[in-house]
Amino acid sequence: MSYLELLKLALPEVIVVISALVVLAIGLTGRQRTAVAGVSSAKPPTKAAGTAAAATDWCSLAAALGVGIAIAAVLMLPRNASLFSGMLVITPLTSLFKIICLVLAFFTVCLARSEKSLRHPGEYLTIILLATVGLMLLVGSEELLMIFIGLELLGLSLYVMAAFDKTDVRSAEAGLKYFLFGSTSSAFTLFGISLIYGMSGSTGLAAISEKLVAAPAQPLLATGIIMTLIGFAFKIAAAPFHLWAPDAYQGAPIPSAAFIASGSKVASFVVLGKIVLVGFGPVHGSSAWHAMAAGWSPILAALAALSILIGNLVALAQTNVRRLLAYSAVAHAGYTLLGLVAGGRDGFSATLFYATVYAITLVGAFGVVAVVRSETGGDDVKNFSGLAARAPLLAGCMAIFMFSLAGIPPLAGFFGKFYLFSAALRAGGDHGLLWLVGLALFGSFVSLYYYLIVLKAIFVDQPSASAPPRDHVSSDLLQRRAVAALAGIVLLLGIMPDILAARILAAMS
Amino acid sequence: MIAWTIYITFAGAVLLLLFPGVFARWITLLTTIAGLALGVVAFVRTPIADLAHFTTIVKVPWVPPLGMNYHLAIDGVSLTMVLVTGISAVSTVLFSWDVDHRQREFFFWLLLVVAGCYGVFLSADLFLFFAFYELVIVPKYFLIAIFGSTNKEYGAMKLTLYSFFGGMLVFAGILVVYVTAGSLDLNQLAQFHFNPQLQSWAFPVLFLGFAVLAGIWPLHTWAPTGHVAAPTAGSMLLAGIVMKLGSYAGLRVAMNVFPEGFQIWSKWIAALAVIGIVYAAAVALRQRDLKFVIGYSSVSHMGFVLVGLATANALGVSGAVLQMFSHGVIAALLFAVAGRMLYRRTHTRELDALAGMNLSGALPFAAFTFVIASAASMGIPGFSGFAAEITILIGAWKTYPIAVWIIGVGMVLTAAFTLRALVKSFFSEVRVQAGRVRTDTDWNEQSITLAEKCGACLLMFATLAVGLYPKLLLDRIMPAVEAMRFLK
Repeated sequence: MSYLELLKLALPEVIVVISALVVLAIGLTGRQRTAVAGVSSAKPPTKAAGTAAAATDWCSLAAALGVGIAIAAVLMLPRNASLFSGMLVITPLTSLFKIICLVLAFFTVCLARSEKSLRHPGEYLTIILLATVGLMLLVGSEELLMIFIGLELLGLSLYVMAAFDKTDVRSAEAGLKYFLFGSTSSAFTLFGISLIYGMSGSTGLAAISEKLVAAPAQPLLATGIIMTLIGFAFKIAAAPFHLWAPDAYQGAPIPSAAFIASGSKVASFVVLGKIVLVGFGPVHGSSAWHAMAAGWSPILAALAALSILIGNLVALAQTNVRRLLAYSAVAHAGYTLLGLVAGGRDGFSATLFYATVYAITLVGAFGVVAVVRSETGGDDVKNFSGLAARAPLLAGCMAIFMFSLAGIPPLAGFFGKFYLFSAALRAGGDHGLLWLVGLALFGSFVSLYYYLIVLKAIFVDQPSASAPPRDHVSSDLLQRRAVAALAGIVLLLGIMPDILAARILAAMS
Repeated sequence: MIAWTIYITFAGAVLLLLFPGVFARWITLLTTIAGLALGVVAFVRTPIADLAHFTTIVKVPWVPPLGMNYHLAIDGVSLTMVLVTGISAVSTVLFSWDVDHRQREFFFWLLLVVAGCYGVFLSADLFLFFAFYELVIVPKYFLIAIFGSTNKEYGAMKLTLYSFFGGMLVFAGILVVYVTAGSLDLNQLAQFHFNPQLQSWAFPVLFLGFAVLAGIWPLHTWAPTGHVAAPTAGSMLLAGIVMKLGSYAGLRVAMNVFPEGFQIWSKWIAALAVIGIVYAAAVALRQRDLKFVIGYSSVSHMGFVLVGLATANALGVSGAVLQMFSHGVIAALLFAVAGRMLYRRTHTRELDALAGMNLSGALPFAAFTFVIASAASMGIPGFSGFAAEITILIGAWKTYPIAVWIIGVGMVLTAAFTLRALVKSFFSEVRVQAGRVRTDTDWNEQSITLAEKCGACLLMFATLAVGLYPKLLLDRIMPAVEAMRFLK
């Protein structure tokens, strides 16, 4: 195993790291120039602002370019490869999800480009790119230690991203809460991993699975599994480990919140799926109504049920759109877990489809929130009133996002739910999981109400007096285009879900 | 070719967004007329023998790994429903000619509802079917909440939540069907034998989900408030076609897929339906708002449809389908008079207020239309309402003789509240109390416009044509119904 080969197989990650460094460099030189211009120029504010904007543009361009090249590099990877007993794995599935993570990172960069409150865009974009590397490592590994490193790289970047807006107390609060919860749950995960390692003598998922076939059910194993799962439950914001989410979603700068809600979730679901379905496969258990059997699936089923209930019911009472999205994220984590509870190829691909669609939808929704926030200075539901008259395109996009989340055809969320629920129902055997599917259906019925409240504000309510007049566009074109593109993707995946679903299924076989 | 009704209507909706607002109503009108024309052509050209089975028109793989197809099919029942959709849609647009506020948006939502309805009536794949079914509900929320009147936000939300509650049950039922039978094709499902124990609990879940939309008692309360809150076009579409989605789906999906479950539960459906007929008619008798009267009368008439379905014999079920057509036309006509012809001019729907206006003199055409609509609604021979209800009653007589007696009471009540509304709104003797008559100057008297006349004539023609020659539709409906499985 030569380093050259390692570099070849890890090329996408390397490219993203290099572009992160480039962005950092551009950001630094840009800042110096700004400082110089600010001191020497006769008309400091405008010119300095001009240079700063130019620096932002260059940084974003470099970041976007890096992400684009990385996607190309992923496409050129060999079909299958494995390094260091699963530390770096390349399969069609990992390649597909690396691309998806990179696409999500690309849209996050688009959002970040338009975010005015960020004082040091170069550094911010660098951290986004580093978090993306974390995602890619997470997706592309089948070894617990490497997964943990990926988790930590991702986590540390996200903590910084959440706290990045130094002028905003809420951002600091978001960062701190996210950090405290995150590091605690990381400790749990690491402890769980060490127990699993102690029992199986290996950290590779495939090896663990072989050892666990023979291992008797014992408390130590249960402890190990539960502790490992806690870390992931935190990452995907499943109740009762969701308490950081509302504050992080509400307080963090919008691109950070979008990234936490999208890329981080997709990658976590990919890894969680691999761990429970591959690593812990032999201790599957059953969560069918009359046949509850120990194993990890009742744990996930309980997490799912709790998340659906708590997420949806608490979201009903929210008046801030970002908080509302946070609680709905909890509920969606619950739906997505259904696929893992179901297990098997069908269930896992349903989970991945849904997580992807959800991530795309949320980035778009946060894009709309960003525009509304920059125009009206807030992101409460009432700030959205009359948006349909001010910006019909954005309003239409938001309608697409909200309805997709609520699971209304012909949008991607509807197909995702159908796929997920049918997989879960099929897996239970004699409709054993009907209780969970029924709960999920009830949850999505409840969720419709709060999504409609947002849309009611947008389409029905009169704009409040403080709202800017029609066509007063302060946000730039790029952001709108990004949002429209995301809405287009959601619609397309709803009408032709086969594009993604068949790929995921094919990648798994 | 009939599949183009769906595409044209969706295309019309997209065109609306691309073209400036001045063209909006013309684009919509042409779109709906094209849809109706396609329906009529299919009606004339398709041989009756072809309509006896759910014949596939289009079948394209959609999501092959999950067994979903883009699959459309047609039989006599579907064709009847497509026809009534076309008629209601055209007349709805004609009666919305004066919408100025956010016009493009209004017609966009309206076309989405119509397209979704066409889709439901033609789809032969459960997933596709459900996609269209849910698609109808969303635009209705906006139609009512943005463009409605009395208590519109409450009415819209209530209607939407009820609809989605039904949708949730339907979703659960469809998942069970799909997972058990492993297929979504309605024709295949109609052959599949589900075990009776499953049918006994899955049927009520599925049927109840559909019945919410059909306004089954006691889950009907969304209907009157929704109808009253909706703009005229909204009420016409809602009562005219959307409520039929529920009963059509109950027939096409629930009863066909779970015949044994249906046998077990049919008497309960009949009981609820009969209660609905009498209860809604009695409530209608006490209403002060003209639209509430019509709203409750819709619930009452939909009760007939449900009784017809519950009879489980060819005559009763065919009558139910005929009643779906007939009520679609009549309800649209009634709402058009109340919501558009009267309300736009008098700005009131209070029966007591209308009583003092001597409207039959001021608006003779409106009065004429309302008389025709009332007669049809009461079931006077010669109108479609009579043909449909008598068929249902004959069918019901074989299965539930007692129900027929109770329905008889309901019909008397129907006549009573219809006549009361008719007399109060148009023909009350003006009580001249010291010159306190609200005369023509109080309200802005415009003569009935050409668009309104065309719309009304279309609907009146439909109810008369079917009333005088019901075989026109029954010849196509009966064979299709007889081919269905639950009749055995």
